Amino acid sequence: MSDKIPVTVLTGYLGAGKTTLLNRILSEDHGQKFAVIVNEFGEVGIDNELVVGADEEVFEMNNGCICCTVRGDLIRIIEGLMKRRGKFDAIIVETTGLADPAPVAQTFFVDQDVQDRSRLDAVVTVADAKWLADRLKDAPEAKNQIAFADVIILNKMDLVSEAELREVEGRIRAINPYAKLHKTTKCQVPLNAVLGQGAFDLDRILEIEPSFLEVGDDHDHDHHDHHGHDHGHHHDHSAPGLKHYHDEEMQSVSVRVDGDMDPTKFMPWINELVQKEGPNILRSKGILAFKDDPKRFVFQGVHMILDGDSQRDWKPGEKRESKVVFIGRNLKPDELRKGVLSCVA
Amino acid sequence: MFERTCDAMAKPNQSLTDRVKPIAAGDGVVAVGFVGATPVLALANGEILFAGETEKRVTAHPGAGVLIARFTGGGVVTGGDDGRVVETRANGECVEIANEKGKWIDALCVRGDGAVAWSSGKLVRARDAKGDVKEMTAPSSVRGLCFTPKGYRLAVAHYNGVSLWFPNTAAEPDQLVWRGSHLDVTLSADARFAVTSMQENSLHGWRVADKKDMRMTGYPAKSRSLSWSHDGKWLATSGAEACIVWPFDGKDGPMGRGPRECCARPARVSSVAFHPASLVIAIGYDDGWVMLSRLSDAAEILIRATEGEGAPISSVAWSGDGKRLVFGAEDAVAGILDLPA
Repeated sequence: MSDKIPVTVLTGYLGAGKTTLLNRILSEDHGQKFAVIVNEFGEVGIDNELVVGADEEVFEMNNGCICCTVRGDLIRIIEGLMKRRGKFDAIIVETTGLADPAPVAQTFFVDQDVQDRSRLDAVVTVADAKWLADRLKDAPEAKNQIAFADVIILNKMDLVSEAELREVEGRIRAINPYAKLHKTTKCQVPLNAVLGQGAFDLDRILEIEPSFLEVGDDHDHDHHDHHGHDHGHHHDHSAPGLKHYHDEEMQSVSVRVDGDMDPTKFMPWINELVQKEGPNILRSKGILAFKDDPKRFVFQGVHMILDGDSQRDWKPGEKRESKVVFIGRNLKPDELRKGVLSCVA
Repeated sequence: MFERTCDAMAKPNQSLTDRVKPIAAGDGVVAVGFVGATPVLALANGEILFAGETEKRVTAHPGAGVLIARFTGGGVVTGGDDGRVVETRANGECVEIANEKGKWIDALCVRGDGAVAWSSGKLVRARDAKGDVKEMTAPSSVRGLCFTPKGYRLAVAHYNGVSLWFPNTAAEPDQLVWRGSHLDVTLSADARFAVTSMQENSLHGWRVADKKDMRMTGYPAKSRSLSWSHDGKWLATSGAEACIVWPFDGKDGPMGRGPRECCARPARVSSVAFHPASLVIAIGYDDGWVMLSRLSDAAEILIRATEGEGAPISSVAWSGDGKRLVFGAEDAVAGILDLPA
């Protein structure tokens, strides 16, 4: 069997520039061939042999997991595309402006046939620099898309002042400090910033640090830390300070523990947590040092679905520490922190 | 609801591997069958390969791919990712039956009198033998279609159940309801039972008369290949590390009974086909193996073995007289077996 085909999911609220980004990806001279799954025909300006229309049919799985929804049409389309595997190198899924990215992502965890043949590379969200702040107030879909993203293309930066840009960036970071953020005009972004991210690849969860290196002050949510103090390197950057916002509804919480965790405590805790709080937890990730285990344990989750594995050895001299991050709605930072700390070895 | 149990692994007691003649398919095989006595392969690149004494290739879907194929005896009907439904006849002639522009053909079924039905998304169209086309819109995307054995009626599988539709009447389709995503659908020869494969690695069945539900579970993967025995008493299924064969002989079908398991191997069954006249099943596996199993005494015959990991067998099919078996795999490997007289 050949390698799994990478799948990039493009989200973004209506009018943010998803189609612009898609057309850029397709028109660039990169020598790669894409199969494109779109929700509306006619918008893709490039003559591409493999453009498939999708219906965005979201199905519940009968597996007792209330938020375990999948995209039925995606399962069918990927099955069909795989018959012509040699015709393309990667798949791009464009979702509608109002779509929740979770069912798309969950499809890649839940359906074995899809999982056997393809892998989710990253969720890329295009955001409109001028209107995003408003949409975050009135459109829950827009907030979901930002919270879920691995890569955020903050587009139409030419339409806003520098102060407005900082403002919207602050709003984004209040929700999702971990996504890679690129500020663009007309989605002018190098393709290697969008494709080949491996964001769902356990082997590539090397570190989970907030990505906003431009930040001037250290309003990192790491203030929930147990005893870790690692914000040193954020100070080295001279970019103007990002305003700190707090989003009432959607937040991220990170908890760090110096030293080892007890897997017999942590595993049941995290499983129970996502069973109970799964609908509110959009994404979760962690790198853990388990007691008596020379290897790093990494996990990631989408709502109630968790995927974890032992990764590489802790390197000699590398500090054995554990870090867990959550992005979600109405998270309870203190409870999460207490929960993680209760699993210390 | 009943669970499968697991038998010990058996070794094939016979081999016919040296009697298999390879067919160079040239591209991934989507489906195999017979047109008259000629083995025919529908390929992922849109071609139909007539693998007779002299090989003949016909491009039924130029520049596109075959997603699904059904054999009529006199030809093969294919649905493509070009939105076309095409019948390719024994003489190599291609006739376009439909063109759902810009869509994919997701499901397809045919019957002996020449009627054809197909779906793209929620739209289902049925064309009777005279060429009259009727359409219906299902509640959600359609994944499976099957004509009922008697009368001009169609079973349509979709999310949350099956619609039983009479294309020639205005009546609302009758519904067989079960929550979840239903994929393929098949009806027993006496039309007493409808069975669907489901997203959740199980089969769902209904006794059509009283809509009594039955669940056939225990599969580690989806069961996407379903084949009835010639006498209608057994249903062979794929999706497990053996061919799972459910009894449908009594009035309750498999309710409260367990299935037979044939040719257990450490690989998943990907395609099954009952022999047209005896209780012998051709079984293709996802590592490229092909075996025959006789239901009466569990005798096993090896047809094709692969070294290491082969590609999944996408389709196995018997000739109408039951003397020949054709198979094809996703990696363009295919073969034909003439059974010893």
